[in-house]
Amino acid sequence: MVITNNMITLSDYKPSMAIQWCPGCGNFGILTSMRRALVAAKLEPSQVLMVSGIGQAGKFPHYVHSHVLNELHGRPIPAAQAAKIVNNELTVIAFSGDGDGYGEGGNHFISAMIRNVNMTYVVHNNQVYGLTKGQASPTSDIGFVTKTTPLGAWQPMRPLALAIACDCSFVARGFSADIEHLANIFQEALQHKGFALIEVLQPCVSFNHQNTYDWYRERIYKLSDDYDPGDRMKAFDKALEWGEHIPIGIIYRKKPPRI
Amino acid sequence: MEADMSKEINFMVGGEAGQGVQTIGFILAKTMSRAGLEVFADQDYESRVRGGHNFFRVRAGNSELLSLSEKLDVLIAIDQNTVENHQQEVNDDGVTIFDHDKLKTEGKKVNSLSIRLEKIADDITSNKLMANSVAIGAAVAVGGYKFEFLKEVIKEQFAHLGQDIVDSNIKAASAGYDHAMKSKPEFIRDPIKPRKSNHKMLLTGNEAIALGAMVAGCKFISAYPMTPASSIMEYMAEKESEFNMIVIQPEDEIAAINMAVGAGYAGVRAMTATSGDGFALMTEGYGLAGCTETPVVIVIAQRPGPAVGLPTRTEQGELGFVIYGGSGEFPRAVLAPRTIEDAFYTTVKAFNLAEIYQIPVVILTDQHLASSYQTVTKFDLHKVKIDRGQLITDKEMRNITDYKRHKFTDSGISPRMIPMSGGPLVVTDSDEHDEAGHMIEDAAIRTRMMLKRMKKIESLKKETAGCRLHSRRNAKVTLIGWGSTYGAIMEAASLLERDNLNVNVLQLNELWPFPVDAVTSALNTTKTGIVIENNITGQLSKLITAETGIKCANSIHKFDGRPFSPSYIVKEVKKEVV
Repeated sequence: MVITNNMITLSDYKPSMAIQWCPGCGNFGILTSMRRALVAAKLEPSQVLMVSGIGQAGKFPHYVHSHVLNELHGRPIPAAQAAKIVNNELTVIAFSGDGDGYGEGGNHFISAMIRNVNMTYVVHNNQVYGLTKGQASPTSDIGFVTKTTPLGAWQPMRPLALAIACDCSFVARGFSADIEHLANIFQEALQHKGFALIEVLQPCVSFNHQNTYDWYRERIYKLSDDYDPGDRMKAFDKALEWGEHIPIGIIYRKKPPRI
Repeated sequence: MEADMSKEINFMVGGEAGQGVQTIGFILAKTMSRAGLEVFADQDYESRVRGGHNFFRVRAGNSELLSLSEKLDVLIAIDQNTVENHQQEVNDDGVTIFDHDKLKTEGKKVNSLSIRLEKIADDITSNKLMANSVAIGAAVAVGGYKFEFLKEVIKEQFAHLGQDIVDSNIKAASAGYDHAMKSKPEFIRDPIKPRKSNHKMLLTGNEAIALGAMVAGCKFISAYPMTPASSIMEYMAEKESEFNMIVIQPEDEIAAINMAVGAGYAGVRAMTATSGDGFALMTEGYGLAGCTETPVVIVIAQRPGPAVGLPTRTEQGELGFVIYGGSGEFPRAVLAPRTIEDAFYTTVKAFNLAEIYQIPVVILTDQHLASSYQTVTKFDLHKVKIDRGQLITDKEMRNITDYKRHKFTDSGISPRMIPMSGGPLVVTDSDEHDEAGHMIEDAAIRTRMMLKRMKKIESLKKETAGCRLHSRRNAKVTLIGWGSTYGAIMEAASLLERDNLNVNVLQLNELWPFPVDAVTSALNTTKTGIVIENNITGQLSKLITAETGIKCANSIHKFDGRPFSPSYIVKEVKKEVV
C-alpha cells in the first residue's frame, strides 16, 4: 500500500498548528532540517509517524504534517518501537529533549539501542530544561547554576558514548544552526536499517546563557571525510570529546543487522 | 444411587523448592483429570528457588470443584517439614507416603505408607532422582486408579527430555504403584467413578487468560516478569510464531504499558500483564490510554502488598487502586473473573470493551486464580464474538477527507482509524487536545473534551450492569464477594445449608463501572450482608456504600496471603450470624 509521490514538497510538511517555541529557539533549525530530509526521502506525510515525549521537543510532531502520537514525558521510544513493530510500513521518528530522553526516559533509551528496532530517534539537546523553565538537565555542564542547582550541576552524561557502549547501530550529532549538514544526517538516518540516534545541539535562548549559538560555533567541527564511522573504538573517543572541541557528523555506523 | 453422591479425594505433595513438588502435583492433577474426574489444584510456594516449604494440593471428585479443601486423603511428604506441618490435615483413614530412609513420623498417628523411594528408584533405574515418580505411582495406586492414566501423563510430561527419561520415570512410577498395591492392600481405595465421560482441559487462570487473549485476536503483549502474572506472557511466547503474535519483554513496566499503547494506536489488539507494584509503575500509562482513547487490556494478578509484600501469595488489595488509580479522571472498566473458566470469556470481553469504548480495561485476578488449576469444559467458541467498535476500515478511509481522531459525537466515541500510508493522518496527544488531536489550552475545548470522554461511561455502564445473585429459600443473609473467592463462597453456602443456615451469594465480577441498580436490588433481598474479601480494609464493602448508599455491617477479612477455604468461611459466617 505504499504510495510514492515524487512531487512531495516542503509545503506538504507544513505545521499543523501555530508554533509555540521562543523566537530564536534552536528547534527551528531542526524543524527545517527534518522537513527537508523528509522531502528528499520522497516520503508522503501519511507514511510518517512522529512520536514525541514532553518538553519543547515534544511539541515537534505537531509542527510537521504527519501521523502523531505525542506521548508522556520520557516515554516516546517504547511506543514508537511498538508502533513500528506492528505497523512496519510506517517510517517512525521519535523526538525527545535531553531531559525527556536521557533523564526521564533513560532506561528506555538504553534498551531501545540494544533492541535495534528500525526507527529514527532525534534528541534535542540544549543542556537545560526549557518547558519547566530553566532547571539543570542530564547534559548540563559541570557547575551549571540553575534554580535547582544553586551550587552547580553534577558532571554531565555523555549520551553518545553510552550509545556506542550499547552498540547503537547509528550514532550522529548535528548542530541546529547548520541546517544543510543536519538535513543530510537526517536523510542518512532515515535510510539506515536499525535504530538511528541523532543528538542535535540546539541552543536555548531563554534559559541557557552559557551554551549559546556562539559558544557552540567556537567549538564545533565537522568530522573529516576520511573519518571511518565503522571503527567503534575511535567512535568512542569522538563521543567523549567535549569542551574545547565538539565533533558533529556520523560518529558511529554499524553494518545493518541480519534479521 | 451411589453414583449420584458427591465424592472426592484430596492429595497434597509437600517439599522444598527445587524438589519437584510442582511437577509431581501437576502430574497428579493431570492423571486425575485423565481418569475423568473434576480437579481443582492450588499451589502454595515461597519466593525462593531452593529450600523453604512448598506444597501443591490436588482435589479431585465427581462434581465440579472450584475451591480448595483443607482435608487430605493422601499426603506425599518429600521433606520432614511436610510431615510436621500437614500431618494434622490428613483424615483418619488417610495415608502418608514418605521415604523412611529420610523422614520420621514417630509420635504421630499416621497411616504410613513408607517406601524407600530413593532406594527403589536407584535399584530400578540407577537414578535416585526418579524417587518422585515412585511416590506418584504409590499415590495413584492408593487412589485406586489404573496405572495407564499415569503412564500417559508421564509420557507427555517428560517427552521433551527424551525417551530414556520417559522410560525411567515410567519404570519408577510402576515400581511405586506395585509396591503400594502389594505392601498395603488395606490402603487401596475404590476409585471415584466419573459421572459422565469427561474430556476437560486442565488449565491455570493465567493460561485461560492467555487463551482468551489469543482467541480475541490479541497480537501484541509487552510485559515485565512479575509473579504471579509472568506465565501469561510465557504461555503466549510459546505460541508466538504459531499464532503470529508479538511478545516483548521490555526494560520495565513503564515501557510495557507504553509499548502496548503504541501497538494499540498503531492498530492491533494489545495487552500487558503484571501485579500490583508493576501496575503502580503503569498508572501513568493507564492515564495515557484514557487521554489518548487508545484501547489496551491490562491484567493485574494481585499479590499481597504493600511494596514487594508476599510475592508468591494471594490478596485482593488493589480494587480501589485500579478503580481510582491514575492522574486525573478518565473512563475505564474493571473486570474480575470468578473462575478459571470465566477468566477466558472475561478476557474476550475485555478486548471488546477496550476497542468499543477506546479505553483501558483491567482484568483483575490474584495469585489464587492465576496459578491454580481447574478442569475446564472445552471453550464454546460460538460465544466468542469479536467487536472492534467504530474502527474505520481500509475501504472507508479512502473517502475521508477531514478526519479528526477525537471528533465530538453524541456517544462520546469517535470513529477510530489506524495510521496508514495513503490514509488520513491520525493525531493524538497526552496533552489535552482538540478534535484533531493537537494540543490546546482553551478552556471551552478542554471542557468539551472531558465531557466527551466521560460520556462514554453512559453506554459502558450497560455492559457491566449485571451481577450474579444465587438465592436460597428463606435466606436471611447474603454473602458478598468478588473475583476469585467465588468457588470458596459458593461451597461455603452449600455447607451452611446442610447446617440449616440458608444464605444468598452475591458475587461481583464486573466491578467498574459499578452495577449500582443490580447490586442495590440484590442486597435488598436480605437484611444482613456479609462482605468477604482477601484484604484488610474492605475495599468492596466501601465501594458498595459509596455507589449504592447501602452499608454492609458485617465483613470477613483475610490478609495472611492465603486463599479462603470453604470451611474457613463457614466458621466465620457462623460467628457473624450468631
